[in-house]
Formats: sequence, C-alpha cells, structure tokens
Amino acid sequence: MPADPRQTLPAHPVTAGASPTTEPVAVRAALIVVALAFLALFLVLPLVAVFAEAFRNGVDAYFASFDDPDTWSAVWLTLGVAAIAVPLNVVFGLAASWAVAKHDFRGKSLLVTLIDLPFSVSPVVSGMCYVLLFGAQGYFGHYLQSVGVQIIFAVPGLVLATIFVTFPFVARELIPLMQEQGVSEEEAALSLGAGGWRTFWSVTLPNVRWALLYGVLLCNARAMGEFGAVSVVSGHLRGQTNTVPLQVEILYNDYNFVAAFAVASLLAGLGLVTLVVKSALEWRYADQLASGRRH
Amino acid sequence: MTSSLDATYAAPAAPGAPPSRLKARMSATPFRTPSAVPGFGLALGFTVLYMSLLVLIPLGAVVAWAASLGPTRLLAILSQTQTLNALKISFGISLAAAAMNAVFGLLLAWVLTRYDFPGRRLVDAAVDLPFALPTAVAGIALAAIYAPNGWVGSLLPFKVAYTPLGIFVAMTFIGLPFVVRTVQPVLADVDRELEEASATLGAGRLTTVFRVVFPTLIPALLTGFALAFARAVGEYGSIIFIAGNIPNVSEIAPLLIITKLESFDYAGATAIATIMLAMSFVILLVVNLIEAWSRRRLGHAR
Repeated sequence: MPADPRQTLPAHPVTAGASPTTEPVAVRAALIVVALAFLALFLVLPLVAVFAEAFRNGVDAYFASFDDPDTWSAVWLTLGVAAIAVPLNVVFGLAASWAVAKHDFRGKSLLVTLIDLPFSVSPVVSGMCYVLLFGAQGYFGHYLQSVGVQIIFAVPGLVLATIFVTFPFVARELIPLMQEQGVSEEEAALSLGAGGWRTFWSVTLPNVRWALLYGVLLCNARAMGEFGAVSVVSGHLRGQTNTVPLQVEILYNDYNFVAAFAVASLLAGLGLVTLVVKSALEWRYADQLASGRRH
Repeated sequence: MTSSLDATYAAPAAPGAPPSRLKARMSATPFRTPSAVPGFGLALGFTVLYMSLLVLIPLGAVVAWAASLGPTRLLAILSQTQTLNALKISFGISLAAAAMNAVFGLLLAWVLTRYDFPGRRLVDAAVDLPFALPTAVAGIALAAIYAPNGWVGSLLPFKVAYTPLGIFVAMTFIGLPFVVRTVQPVLADVDRELEEASATLGAGRLTTVFRVVFPTLIPALLTGFALAFARAVGEYGSIIFIAGNIPNVSEIAPLLIITKLESFDYAGATAIATIMLAMSFVILLVVNLIEAWSRRRLGHAR
C-alpha cells in the first residue's frame, strides 16, 4: 500500500481485530455509522436537495428558469466582480507573502494577524463598514454625491465588499509555504545574476504554483458565492446590482422556488467543482501546499 | 591583531540570539534584517497600502462611528428589547451549535483519522462542503429540507424551520468543518506509543481514550469550538431563509444590522456591529492564547 501523502490520515490505518490500541469492531462500526449519518443529514442532504428541488418540475422547467434576463445579468455581474476582486487579491497575496516570507522585519506577526482579520469579521459587518464610509449618510457620502460617484448600491460597492471577504485566501495559503521554502533558491538565482523580477517569475512563482492555484480556487469560490457582505451594499436593484446569490434570494422570496433552486444549482455546481479540484490538489500535491490542513 | 575581527564576528552569541554581526547591523537598521532578496520596500509598501485602504480604514470607520456615538448612546441602543433579544439569540444558539459541533466534529475527526472504511477520502472531502457551498444556497436548501413538508421536516413531530431550532440547524451546518479540521491534524499526530504504554500498564480502552488521548486534543477542540462559535455568530446567508426572522424570537443580530441599515439607522447598526466586532477580537485573542498554551504544554500548536 503506497504511503498516503496527506499527513492528517495515517499511512496504515489500523484494521486489525482485537488490539489494545483500537476499539472493538462493533464500537468502530457504530461510531462510523453515527458519524456518517450526521454528515449525511447535515452536510450532504442540503446539496442533494438543491438539485432535487431544481429538477422538481422536470428538465424543461429547470432550463426555462434561465430564460430570465435578470438571471443572466446576475451571472455576468458575478463573473465581472470576481474578475476584478480575485486578481487584486492575488497580487496582494503575492506581495504580502514576498514581504513576510522572504524578509525579516519588526511587526511581522502583527501583519500576519491583521491579514487574517477579515475571516473573523461577520460578512454583514464587512459590507456595513463600506456603507459607513460611502453610504448616503456615511463619512464620504456627501462628497461622493457632489461629484456624482455612487459606490454603495452600485457595482463598486459589490467589488469592495467581495475583496474584503476574500482578502486573506491567497496570502494565507502562500505565506506558510514560502516561509518553509526559505530564501536559498532566490539567493542562488540572484548570485547567478538574475534580477529581482526574473528571480520572482522563474524561481519563486514556480515553487508556489499549486498553492497559488489552491488559494485562487478558494478565493474565487467565496467571491462568486458571497451573500451577506454583498447583500448589504447591493441595494437589490434587479438586473443591475444583483449577483447570482442575491438573485437566488429574490427568486426564493418571490416563491419562484424552481427558478431559485435552478440558479442555486449553478452555485452548488461551482462549489462542487471547487471541492473536487481542491481535494485533487490536496491528494496530488500535498507536499507543495502549505504544510498541514487549514480551513 | 585579530581584536577587531573578534569584536565583529566572533563574539559569543547568547543562545537563540542572532549572530553578532547581524545584531550589529540590525541596530543600524532597526526595522528590517538585511537580506539579499530585493523588493522588500515595494512588496511591504503595497501590502500595507492595500490592507489599509480595503480593510483597516473601513473597519476603523465602524470604530470611529461607535466612538462618535459615545458609551451612553451605545448602551441605550443595545438595551432596546429587540436588539438585546437578537444578541441573545445569536450568541446563545451559536454556543449550542458550537457545542454540538464539538461533539460530532470530534467524532468525525476520530473516525476519519483512526478507522479505514470504503469512501473514507470522499467523506473527508465532504466535510468541507459548508466552505464550498455558498451560504445562500445552503440556506434555501436547509429551509426546504426542514420545512414542515420537507424531507426531514415532515418526519419530525416538531417544527424546525422558521423557529429558533432552524437557526441551530443552519449554525451547526456552517460550523462543523472548523472543529473537524482543527482536531484532525492533532489527532493524527498523537503518538500511538502512548496508547500502547497506557494499555500495557493495564488501562482499559475507555480509560486510555479519555485520560491519554483526549487531554492532548483539548486545545484543538477548544480552538475548533471557538472558531465554529465565531462563524455562527456572524453567519447570515444560511440562517435567514430557515429562521423565520420573527423579531425577539428568531431574529439574529446580523439580520437586525441589515434591517437598521436599510432604514438608514446607522447608529443602531453600528452599536450591534461594535459588539460583534468586539466578540471577534476576543475570540481571535482566545484562539491565540489557546495555541500559545498548547505549544507550551504539549510542544505543538493546535
């Protein structure tokens, strides 16, 4: 049996019978059944329900749900918002990990803690802080109104809120890995005459490519699926500021359940693809991802 | 003859301290240890600028707004019945859901690390479903399942959807992976020889599990509990569809923030947000303390 690349699972799970360091077969079986039942009831059933409800009235009704122009504008808006937010957070993640992992400076651990901050803030509060800044009664509300720029209840607000909630994904994936890799390869490249950019493109970036992909994947999934933060700043203008998750909410609240679940099935599909690629990366490139598993 | 060299390069360094040459140069440039790798200024400059503009200043706006309200008004807003009840509901049910997750998360982590069964990897991947499934999707799906005519709801003798119990279900859904993913790596690292030693010394399996294995898991379990709790308190999307959102009964704090923002009651929204932010910081602190404590006691984090 080949060694399992993942550190969290033992290479040789104990399967022997009466051993003093494992439980009797009956206990093991019971624990597995209870755990799997819990998982099925709480985690898997909702996923199945999305597709079951979407196809409740048949395949035709499912596809008819996508005839709505508002749904399509929501899809394009979601893609557009992610297309801005994800690359920006990638650039940030690369810059932050370059600064933190390849250099030593004071206040480094404070910086790393601050990078994780958006994960511990409620999505609703994440959206709300932009309302306090740019909303009609916010700090810059009057100024923005006088120059005719709208951020809240408009696309810029959606982009800002999305950047906020997906901010740490790439950085937290790269920092531990690049710290582990150290600077010796970069120093070798530099001593052989490569410039800083060349070193970054040909040495550092290839070394972290799978971790970067992993971070981008999670960042993108959250960017396209975010609900709470964008819900605060969107204003729910149909066909204008509704992303796909908000469109799901609107359809659901209109009692248009088949359409709501049909649109939701797109997001569920995105989540499933994300999960599959993520797991594949973890199995195949465990050693090239940040050590250990995190959420 | 070699004195200057000695002074610069060969001074005995205290254990753990950087070499003296480094030390001398560090005191010349106190902020950063010199390195041959370029791009420090650009990378750190961009990092700090980007983070300040997009995260720190916006969060600062909440704090500034709260400060401008002053403690008396903050307290007055927070002691309104509806606000107080929303906070009670959010914090109370989050605690219950996190406790539920601590139990079943530990069980799942145990089963996934210790036992082999067909489909183990698939189950392991499925634990991350709540991270992958957008919250609004999870919300409407849970509402459909637990509605009185839903798959599970129709089997149960009591109402789940549109009651506080529905909030509990959604919070459990969203928090489970936090416990599993924090406990799992620690459990995998537990030295099996300790269990063998315990068994040879005559301990039964239960005694070994509860007195040898579980104590090493407590820091990770507490961390997972705290993370699941924090996530549940702040969660919005997966809860509002199943909660029913009846003020004072099943209205969560994040929803009340949105309601207040929609009626341009920024002060009310800020007051609630301040409490929630404060809680986030306390939990962040607690998690860091637990990790420091566990590193000291057990020699590893989490």
